[in-house]
Amino acid sequence: MTISERKPTMTTNATGQRRPALFSDGFDLGRLLLQGRAFFALIAIIVVFSVLSPNYLTVSNLLTMSSHVAVYAILAVGMLLVILNGGIDLSVGSTLGFSGVIAGFLMQGVPIGGVTLYPSLWVVVVLSCGMGAFIGLINGVLVARFRVAPFVATLGMLYVVRGVGLLMTNGLTYNNLAGDPALGNTGFDWLGFNRLFGLPIGVLVMIIVGIVVSLLLNRTVFGRWLYASGGNERAAELSGVPVKRVKVRVYVLSGLFAAIAGLILSSELTSASPTAGNSYELTAIAAVVIGGAALSGGIGNVRGTLLGAFVIGFLSDGLVIIGVSSYWQTVFTGAVIVLAVLLNSVQYTGKPRRSGGGRSDDQSTPTTPSPTSDAQAPAGAVPEKTRG
Amino acid sequence: MSQAERTAQDIGEVVLEAVDVVKTYGATRALKGVGFSIHRGQVTTLFGENGAGKSTLMKILSGVEQPTSGTILLHGEPVAFTDTVDARERGISIIHQELSLAPNLSVRDNIFLGREITGPSGVDYAEEARQTKAVLDELGEDIDPMTKVADLRLGQQQLIEIARALSVDARILIMDEPTSALSATEVEVLFTVIHDLTARGVSIVYISHHLEEALEITDHAVVLRDGTVTATAVSADIDLPWVVRAMVGEGFDLGSPPTGYEFGEVALSVQGVSVPDAEIHGRNVVDRLDLEVRQGEIVCLYGLMGAGRTELLEAVAGRNPISEGRILKDGRDLAGLSIAQRIDAGLGLVPEDRQRDGLVQTMTVGRNMSLASIGSFVKGFFLSGRREADLVTDSIRSVHVKTAGGGAMIGSLSGGNQQKVVIGKMLATDPDVILLDEPSRGIDIGAKAEVFRLLAERARQGLAVVYTTSEVGECLSIAHRIVVLSRGRIAAEFGADTTKEAIMAASGEAVIS
Ligand SMILES: Nc1ncnc2c1ncn2[C@@H]1O[C@H](COP(=O)(O)OP(=O)(O)OP(=O)(O)O)[C@@H](O)[C@H]1O
Ligand SMILES: [Mg+2]
Repeated sequence: MTISERKPTMTTNATGQRRPALFSDGFDLGRLLLQGRAFFALIAIIVVFSVLSPNYLTVSNLLTMSSHVAVYAILAVGMLLVILNGGIDLSVGSTLGFSGVIAGFLMQGVPIGGVTLYPSLWVVVVLSCGMGAFIGLINGVLVARFRVAPFVATLGMLYVVRGVGLLMTNGLTYNNLAGDPALGNTGFDWLGFNRLFGLPIGVLVMIIVGIVVSLLLNRTVFGRWLYASGGNERAAELSGVPVKRVKVRVYVLSGLFAAIAGLILSSELTSASPTAGNSYELTAIAAVVIGGAALSGGIGNVRGTLLGAFVIGFLSDGLVIIGVSSYWQTVFTGAVIVLAVLLNSVQYTGKPRRSGGGRSDDQSTPTTPSPTSDAQAPAGAVPEKTRG
Repeated sequence: MSQAERTAQDIGEVVLEAVDVVKTYGATRALKGVGFSIHRGQVTTLFGENGAGKSTLMKILSGVEQPTSGTILLHGEPVAFTDTVDARERGISIIHQELSLAPNLSVRDNIFLGREITGPSGVDYAEEARQTKAVLDELGEDIDPMTKVADLRLGQQQLIEIARALSVDARILIMDEPTSALSATEVEVLFTVIHDLTARGVSIVYISHHLEEALEITDHAVVLRDGTVTATAVSADIDLPWVVRAMVGEGFDLGSPPTGYEFGEVALSVQGVSVPDAEIHGRNVVDRLDLEVRQGEIVCLYGLMGAGRTELLEAVAGRNPISEGRILKDGRDLAGLSIAQRIDAGLGLVPEDRQRDGLVQTMTVGRNMSLASIGSFVKGFFLSGRREADLVTDSIRSVHVKTAGGGAMIGSLSGGNQQKVVIGKMLATDPDVILLDEPSRGIDIGAKAEVFRLLAERARQGLAVVYTTSEVGECLSIAHRIVVLSRGRIAAEFGADTTKEAIMAASGEAVIS
């Protein structure tokens, strides 16, 4: 005889409960640890390399590595937006390179009707970013209006943009980005070399981009629309979400961030090569995936993506520092990507591969996440079918 | 009830049994020690309100989920199914409450998914197609095996789901709400099939919120409530009131049309609207249809599958283009407005297929609930978390969603409770006209009554309501007017004082006594 203590009515709902965690957006360490295999990977990487090399865990090295990471991270944040939407943007590496080329081109002076104009720095920055956004717009329109598959549309743009960059420079690199005080266009190296509050500018830009996009995702209507249309586009559309507009904007933002990353990179290198950023799109995708996003859309967050970028960046720089050959670096990076994602699926699908003496009690651990504040939910925890 | 009859009913030996099964999901105890048995060649129906644990129990019996504790006995032997394939090999097959078809594949490929018939030269497609045709014939359905599932109507998809389970040749067949999108005629065909199966010794478990329908077919009734079995009986002992009492502990009433007020202006006016058929060129699924709904009026659209109900509602909501005619809301032509703009204008649709069109599975209950009205709690640039939270709490309460809270993932809700979230989401936009396509799909009688009560209450405040149903009884509840559709046209209109028989006759449906 089981005695039901529940009320005999059919509703036991959330009334009287304190404000659900859903709406708080605080930084919850416990949850971070629970969800954060990227976080653990990062700690492990730092620990291992600190042991292997005394130079690894120094402030100056951490800052140097962080400014390398910044380029990837900014790209990856843009990529995250696209992936949340259920798409992919393969053109960001080319856009990154192209943005440097545009900057280099403008810094050399633009001959117009006999006179050569030297646009000032901020004009250069705005035009490069504008170009990035424009490339994103083309991607967005192709995908949203003309229903070209994102993979194909952005693959095409990858080639086109890279090709235009090569055409503009004849395949050569702009080496002089310093500008000339007499022409009033100096300061480009500021982005790559200066520091504010002890932090490299690139890192600061990364932090700002991270915060802005985080707010965008968690606190604005656009963010909610993005999560919804990535999770189920049909349902989102029927709920009044302008899914096409969301899509276009996402690609525009991705292009814009790629351009920003391009400016930082060429400033750090004080040169703009048309081949810069080759295959960076793959690094960006890897960072997003390590950060727990689902390629099918709707799941992921900025924190994870940034961690993912740090994992990749700190690992590859660490390997350089301890003098591992660059071939092995490639192998290690690949292995870490797979491992991190593997951990992800083991941790979240709720079907751990029968660990030693695993009783069926294992199953009682929540396979569905407890209320979380951000839309990061485990990939695959909610299969579409067989619910009910 | 004579003793003789009772034993006659009880003859079927127990083929599959759950003993003291407990299932917990985190803090939720979905099943609290359930005993349940399935008898050879008989139909066992499982009743229970939304979230009672019916689907959970069935998932355990079919290997989808593992019990937290307890035993499963197959022919008296304890078994532990590793997965569904294992269970299927032991003769247990399940039709899931939520469709589990691959929409991009053809009917044939779906039916044979995971157990393709192979010959010397790879998959024997011809044989698969033949068998598909045969099982569809058995269900009285004329669907080309090569049709893509995505192109089928929801009800047809459900039939494919049934066909797939039938084609396995299972000894035990579990049906979790197999008929929620079927019309009465199709249900009758299904029942004939079930009778054939039981005559051949196949044991059936049947779950449905259409209680009368389920009672028609049942041999054994089991009632679940809050994860425990509260009553079991053989069919001869029970009737509808018994089931209702055992399920919700009280009588129920789907309500009556709200009265005591005058209807307002014409809120929605559909004038000569046609919707072209997506497949067959030149054919209209909705054919020059006229319909007017006034503020405060509740209209029930009744019709068989394919009558054009869904297409009409989707056209009005802006999902499908119309080829002729006009749609006016409060006298304003809606032509050219997007779905979002129509929602802003106060016209909302609760879609039929909640998995595909209603819910975002990657989001929480709260975020699904607030999705359609999210624009209204922007404060400056940012969303106001407090106002959203209040709205979610209110909505959860007003549509009676059984959930741990707004932060729970939508997939952790029982089917019926997910449905309530879809309804709550649209009501939260505070519409003037609401279109509900099969709003009662998968929700228990208590919840149905509450949804209808809620609609009636809103209608009293001026909301114009149009809802569709394939259960006649639900037309005769709160609707002021019943419009019967047939082949895209209005076949008849009735007032609230009509009879089931009249409605069914007008729809071209064989009247079931
Ligand atoms: N994956 C899951 N995670 C957490 N809770 C779950 C999960 N699946 C089911 N539940 C909970 O278990 C309970 C029983 O759900 P179940 O789906 O079995 O109900 P049901 O009787 O089939 O209801 P309905 O008639 O609405 O389909 C519900 O409270 C539900 O929220
Ligand atoms: Mg269920």
